[in-house]
Amino acid sequence: MNFTLFFADLWTARMNLLNGLGQTVLISVGSVFLGTLLGVAVGLALTYGHWLLRFVVRIYTDFLRGTPVFVLILACFYILSVVGIDLSAFEAGVLALTLFCSSHVGEIVRGALSAISKGQTEAAKSIGLTFRQSFVYVLMPQALRQILPTWVNTATEIVKASTLLSIIGVVEFLLATQQVISRTYLSLEFYLFAGVVYFLVNFAIEQAGRFVERRIAIPN
Amino acid sequence: MTQVLKITDLHKRFGDLEVLKGIDLTMQKGDVVSLIGSSGSGKTTVLRCINLLEDFERGTVEIAGEAIGYRHDGRKRRRLPERQIARQRAMTGMTFQQFNLFPHMTALGNVMLGLLKTQKKPKEEARSIAESWLERVGMASRKDHYPGQLSGGQQQRVAIARAIAMNPQLMLFDEVTSALDPELVTEVLAVVRDLAADGMTMLIVTHEMRFARDVSSRVVFMHEGRIHEEGPPDELFGAPKTERLQGFLARSEF
Repeated sequence: MNFTLFFADLWTARMNLLNGLGQTVLISVGSVFLGTLLGVAVGLALTYGHWLLRFVVRIYTDFLRGTPVFVLILACFYILSVVGIDLSAFEAGVLALTLFCSSHVGEIVRGALSAISKGQTEAAKSIGLTFRQSFVYVLMPQALRQILPTWVNTATEIVKASTLLSIIGVVEFLLATQQVISRTYLSLEFYLFAGVVYFLVNFAIEQAGRFVERRIAIPN
Repeated sequence: MTQVLKITDLHKRFGDLEVLKGIDLTMQKGDVVSLIGSSGSGKTTVLRCINLLEDFERGTVEIAGEAIGYRHDGRKRRRLPERQIARQRAMTGMTFQQFNLFPHMTALGNVMLGLLKTQKKPKEEARSIAESWLERVGMASRKDHYPGQLSGGQQQRVAIARAIAMNPQLMLFDEVTSALDPELVTEVLAVVRDLAADGMTMLIVTHEMRFARDVSSRVVFMHEGRIHEEGPPDELFGAPKTERLQGFLARSEF
């Protein structure tokens, strides 16, 4: 490995790489945010919905969870343009990751809500809370604590899956790195570097998750 | 005397199984009534119907003269809208076998929640009501503890405070000591006894026969979804008329 050369090239390519990293962060944050919003709705539908709604949403989640993310990205990019919806590569990619994220979050939310004992709802009812109130003050605070570790895990999965957007030409961090490699031929050094950067991003997410987890833990 | 509870011809089924086959029960203000009987006799279901945690198919339940849960349009019987049901649920206070405290809130938070959200009381008022009830059940020093940090008996006392702080017309106790270790039973029963002495109207489902005998103004023996025998505790325990009650009492521990 040629480190002198690597650092010189790294310095030259710094703006390209930073832009790529910026895209990766933007894609991940956007998909996790939108996917979580949609996912909570999915989870609520799976838990409290009319049976017909549950059935439809169940097919949605099972289908998305059973499909490789890669295939989802290609589908959003190519199939949607065939039916006349023209999305940029970036938009198609974020859409695919959002759908993927929503199916996972939906399942996590459903699991967390159904794990709360029926007695909690009954106690909430017995002091006169309406369904909405008991959800907001009793069920959701408990479900959120349950959800957090798995949700953080999903977020790191999304960061990793965002590399797949390079295939449809989104210059996120991986593609930016590959472009540098194609100029410098320092493939080993830069792939190693990319690996370290992805690790650091996910490590930071996990640590932040643990920190929040500790902060909101219920004393016992 | 003010009538607090009037149950007329209450029927309830779970699928094919009819668990209540026509219950009639009235309670006046200050009455302490214990429901006894073997498991499956329908005691708990009666409480759950009064608190509208279960639907019922036939009959009426009135609390302080107000028919709860359903309204009749001519011959049609309709369930009341959720907001009404929620209001009516708060007319009775319920405690559960498994306490069902909210684990993410302190003892004080548990007691305050209904005062704040159902009764829309200002925070300071809710806090002072909650604190005085926690004091009453002997939990003042633990008001900032979470349920996970409390023993079963302490949790149940907080649960009682949570229910009674709402100032209900009628308190419903559903086997409050069944999930407790024997050494914790006494402290909880002492709280219930104290409330009874204070004139609270209470309907108690219990397996503690000695307690039922001590605390009740009337005891009701249920068997297979019907009221089989009822009367003052000394009569019921001292001279049970029916064979079923005699058998039940012989099998029960005192």
